Amino acid sequence: MKRIWLLALLTIWSVGVYATEAEKDTTVQSEHETAKFEPGKFIIEHISDSYEWHILTYGQHHVSIPLPVLLYSQHTGFHVFMSSKFHHGQEPYNGFHISHDEPNKGKIVEDVMGEMIVPLDISLTKNVVSIWFSLIIITVLFISIARTYKRNPASAPKGLQNALEIIILFVRDDIVKASIQGKKHEKYLPFLLTLFFFILINNLLGLVPIFPGGANVTGNIAVTMVLALITFLITTFSGNKAYWLHIFNAPGVPWWLKFPLPLIPLIEFLGIFIKPFVLMVRLFANITAGHIIVLGFFSLIFIFGNLNMFAGYGVSVISIAFTIFMTVLELLVAFIQAYVFTLLSAIYFGMATEEHLHHEEHHH
Amino acid sequence: MELVTPGIGILFWMLLSFSVVLFILGKFAWKPILNSLKERENSIDEALSSAQKAKEEMSKIKSENEVILAEAAAQRDKMLKEAKDIKEQIIRDAKELATGEATKLIENAKVEIENQKLAALAEIKNVVASLSVDIAEKVIGRELENKSQQMAYIEDSLKKINLNK
Repeated sequence: MKRIWLLALLTIWSVGVYATEAEKDTTVQSEHETAKFEPGKFIIEHISDSYEWHILTYGQHHVSIPLPVLLYSQHTGFHVFMSSKFHHGQEPYNGFHISHDEPNKGKIVEDVMGEMIVPLDISLTKNVVSIWFSLIIITVLFISIARTYKRNPASAPKGLQNALEIIILFVRDDIVKASIQGKKHEKYLPFLLTLFFFILINNLLGLVPIFPGGANVTGNIAVTMVLALITFLITTFSGNKAYWLHIFNAPGVPWWLKFPLPLIPLIEFLGIFIKPFVLMVRLFANITAGHIIVLGFFSLIFIFGNLNMFAGYGVSVISIAFTIFMTVLELLVAFIQAYVFTLLSAIYFGMATEEHLHHEEHHH
Repeated sequence: MELVTPGIGILFWMLLSFSVVLFILGKFAWKPILNSLKERENSIDEALSSAQKAKEEMSKIKSENEVILAEAAAQRDKMLKEAKDIKEQIIRDAKELATGEATKLIENAKVEIENQKLAALAEIKNVVASLSVDIAEKVIGRELENKSQQMAYIEDSLKKINLNK
């Protein structure tokens, strides 16, 4: 039974990629039947967050799941309503509307006597719901296999448990144990495992073009920011004496690099913030770029299709081939990025808790 | 700009939900999973090391057995050799004894035979002497009578003597 599910999931990845993307994209085309196809707009719409979960469009009919909007306005207080009130962003509701212009394009703004004010917006957007969906998958998955472990602790792993155990052991042995000295690694394992599986599952769900996949969660800068922030906090709070000494008075560095101008300490200090910042940008950029490339190949079909129907069909063959290739590549990237983020976090924790510097300290 | 500007809402929900899930997973998933992985690894390690130990024990016992066997074989060989020696000794002794006894017996027999012979000879001498005397008496007594009778008498006497003795 489990095997069938897995097979179904794989089929969705491989077949669903173009079949459903094509479905979506023809809708974009028909939506703007008279208007020209704008690939830039089309791509940005697909990789951005949104207040409703668009599933498909046929003819002029949009099928999407409305999501709750939660707002706090300084002028009118709390507002809770479904995003369907905006009629796909076309109409205002209760003084609020989805802005179509910069600088708040795509966000909800409040019209207060002609002035556009951005309220505090904690709406359950497509990305939030997608995050919850992935977190629920992770929770159910791992609690269920935890029960299997508890039930037969001594027996060899089977099925799903076996598949996940390989990844858990990979994270534990090749990422965490390899980066953090001694028994200290156990303290960081829960976070790093959760981090790895969260990134991985969202990367993979992002590649599934049909509902409930397709949201660009790990390509959202707020999501990667939170992950990097947690890594930053853990690194900073678990830094030992040697770690801080290394930052503010690095041993083995000539004195004139520290005084009167504290060049090295300054660089080291900035490094504390640069490291998580780079983590945040790397994941965001990699995943977003992957989505943009896949969607770009797709847009080619409609760009050529607008010129000539047969050109569109001709290009579609090449485009689909490239899209499949890119999706497979993105599958690899999904693993690599989860690995890299987790590995670097583990290395930062390892650096913060490393002990052998004491030895050099005495020498000094 | 929208892409690279983190939204407050998603920041808030992400931080909240990720933390909650981290807590739940840490308590109800990672802890039991990691613990049982560790336990399993420990038990495998133990099993391997005890198997190794048993193997060493076995080889030790085997070599001890070999030593014992070799000792036993040596003991057996020694005992067999001793027994053989003893046997030979006994046979040799017996032979010596027997030879000695036989010689002694033969010696005795010889002495006895010699004695008997001497005694017989002495008796023969006596008998012959007395016979000679007797015969001489009778010969002298009948001399004057018939010569042929005389001869017959002698012969007759001799015959009697032979028969008597």
